[in-house]
Amino acid sequence: MPVSDIDPQLFTPCATVAEQQSLSSESIGYWSRVWLQLRRNKQAFTSLLIIIGLLLFALAGPVLWRLNPAEQNIGLISQSPSWRASEAIILPPERWYPDPAAVAMLEEFAIRVGKATTAGIQLQWSALPGAAEYQLFRHQRQPASNSDLGLPLAEMPATTPWFEDRLQLEQRRYVYTVIALDKQQTLLASVQASIKPQLAISFFDAQLRGFVPITARPQQWRGQTLTLPAHPFGTDYLGRDMLARMMYGARTSLFIGVLAPVVFIIFGALYGAIAAYHGGFIDNLMMRATDLVIALPFLLFMILLKVAFGLGPGDSGVLPMLLALVLLSWPAAARLVRAEVLKLRCLPYIDAARLMGAGASHLLLRHFVPNALPIMLVAFTFAVPAAIFTEAFLSFIGIGVVPPTPSWGAMSFDGIKSLLAHPHELLFPAAFISLTVLAFNLFGDGLRDAMDVKTNDV
Amino acid sequence: MIRYIVQRLLFGLLTIWFVATATFVAMHSVPGDPLTNDKAMAPEIRASLMRQYGLDKPVLQQYGIYLGNMLRGDFGISYAEENRRVNDIIREHFPVSATLGVLAIVFATLGGIVWGALTARYQHRWPDFAIMGLVILSISVPGFVFAALAQLALVSINRWYGAELLPIAGWGTLRHMLMPALVLGLGTMAFLTRLMRASLLEIAQADYITTAKAKGLSAARIFFVHQLRNACLPLLTLLGPAIATITTGGFVVELVFSIPGLGRYFVQAIQQLDYTVIMGTTVFYGSFLVLMVVLVDLLYGWVDPRIKLHAG
Repeated sequence: MPVSDIDPQLFTPCATVAEQQSLSSESIGYWSRVWLQLRRNKQAFTSLLIIIGLLLFALAGPVLWRLNPAEQNIGLISQSPSWRASEAIILPPERWYPDPAAVAMLEEFAIRVGKATTAGIQLQWSALPGAAEYQLFRHQRQPASNSDLGLPLAEMPATTPWFEDRLQLEQRRYVYTVIALDKQQTLLASVQASIKPQLAISFFDAQLRGFVPITARPQQWRGQTLTLPAHPFGTDYLGRDMLARMMYGARTSLFIGVLAPVVFIIFGALYGAIAAYHGGFIDNLMMRATDLVIALPFLLFMILLKVAFGLGPGDSGVLPMLLALVLLSWPAAARLVRAEVLKLRCLPYIDAARLMGAGASHLLLRHFVPNALPIMLVAFTFAVPAAIFTEAFLSFIGIGVVPPTPSWGAMSFDGIKSLLAHPHELLFPAAFISLTVLAFNLFGDGLRDAMDVKTNDV
Repeated sequence: MIRYIVQRLLFGLLTIWFVATATFVAMHSVPGDPLTNDKAMAPEIRASLMRQYGLDKPVLQQYGIYLGNMLRGDFGISYAEENRRVNDIIREHFPVSATLGVLAIVFATLGGIVWGALTARYQHRWPDFAIMGLVILSISVPGFVFAALAQLALVSINRWYGAELLPIAGWGTLRHMLMPALVLGLGTMAFLTRLMRASLLEIAQADYITTAKAKGLSAARIFFVHQLRNACLPLLTLLGPAIATITTGGFVVELVFSIPGLGRYFVQAIQQLDYTVIMGTTVFYGSFLVLMVVLVDLLYGWVDPRIKLHAG
């Protein structure tokens, strides 16, 4: 377009310098630009939100969800996740006196079920003429054949055709089979009953757990029901609330996962900066030490250090794990920061600072470390998932955090034993580990792009 | 070149010595001693046992004996299992772990090359997105979760098939090995896929690819002969770390699938605090891993002559 086509009337010259400045776009600092780029990266930003959510889950969760993660409930073992609260009947201590008259009226061989709670299932059956002995079996599903009647519970003589089953009852359906045998041990008859017991809590247990005032008398509470809290994540193999344990486990896992990298990256950065600053023989010596630590097989030494630190009574095993992680992980950060400082050292503004009389500590803290901060931050986001994996691995082979301290790794270790029957006990901790690691990995990718840092991670 | 090899080997030996010493120091700083257990023991029996295991000597002398034994390849006798030499344990169980590990590395490498080639071939199209999504997923999920899920999947597959297609646990035949090896190699496979993709895409820009195109070579020939072959080289750099990952990952997989390998034995020894077994196995594994890294380094220099082997 020829110049003459533009109408000069469209332009007005700036009158003042201030006006000139107000017209040019605002200058953006380094950190604001990084933030803007992160905001634009959907993957990284979602990951950041997930990370914040996980931190809230760990920090604020236990404040809102007030169930005790250590409280065991034998009646509610390995419950599936459910939002429904369960009702429990309160059982004052009392003996059961079977009533022979009640079964005498039954015309054929049959079972009469008395009170059925998770504290005990009362079974009575009609006496079969000619029977010398009864055998009682319990199964968790309909028996497929006579050879598959389940758990043998009792052998009762002909004179006592009743039994109260108190053997580790859970709130689920049971199939009982009574078989009658004559003197020659030949099968006369068999009968089945399918029962789902009601959840029960003993009077004293209810008192202990604060559901019933300590001054109450057992008789007043006979037959009353209680509403026990719901377990949205189910319960574990000791009947502990999984959601509460996940929250406290998040505290342990994230504490180790975040604090260990913070410590070893700061230490490594200082080490690397000092080595690079001094250069020459000291640098050489310091870097050979990092070479040695890097050459050590990491997990093998984690195991060794964990074993060596031992555990005092009442120790949770968190501190030894932190210490071991720090001892073995700092060299990577040291190498990264050393390379950065070596690059910086030749830049003119460092010479200028030196000429103006800046000392070693000033250069280190004012120029080297702040300039290396982006690398350190990116290294940090990638170190967190690695630390969480290490915690999970060690807990999984049984030398991590000590029970009853919950951690996601330790919970996975417990959950895997009952994987086939109750998969939720493994799936929740495993899913949280995976989510955390995924979020930190994706966030780290985004941060690296936003900060334009080159790391040679694989 | 020879100077580099010698230096590399010397540094490897130094590392192994450090591993052995650290193991010794670690095991001697554990509170209590190997004979402490819940059973009451008469002082005389205790003293005689201490003498038998050489625990009554000064620590430095014990260290000397220990180093001498290690040099001769004698790892001592297990405390937990009477009359069982640690050497026998290693000799018996390590081949199992090694078989599993080699199979896992084969799976990981083949998978990494195939998936990586697919993602690079179909860059920014759905196979790329699907595979890279799976890669990120398998990097984020801990190995033991995969092992557990794989076992769960085997149960349902066998139930659906109506017979035991693949055994759920145990050891013996190739059918026992397939699933554990696949699970063990999965994490490494994901890393190799990522590396392979990056490497293939970088090579696609290289001058010799342009030359090959200008010569009029077929697309398939360019991809398989020129691009794929050269892209495989960087995979070797990951082989060292991969061996370490697969060795320690084997501890978990052997535990979950009840495989009688050295890894499972090692974990048991740790849980029982069987000191000689822990020491022997750690030094054995440590030396094995350090040697592997050195070998892979040397192999890489030999395969790719562009890499200048410089000292240090």
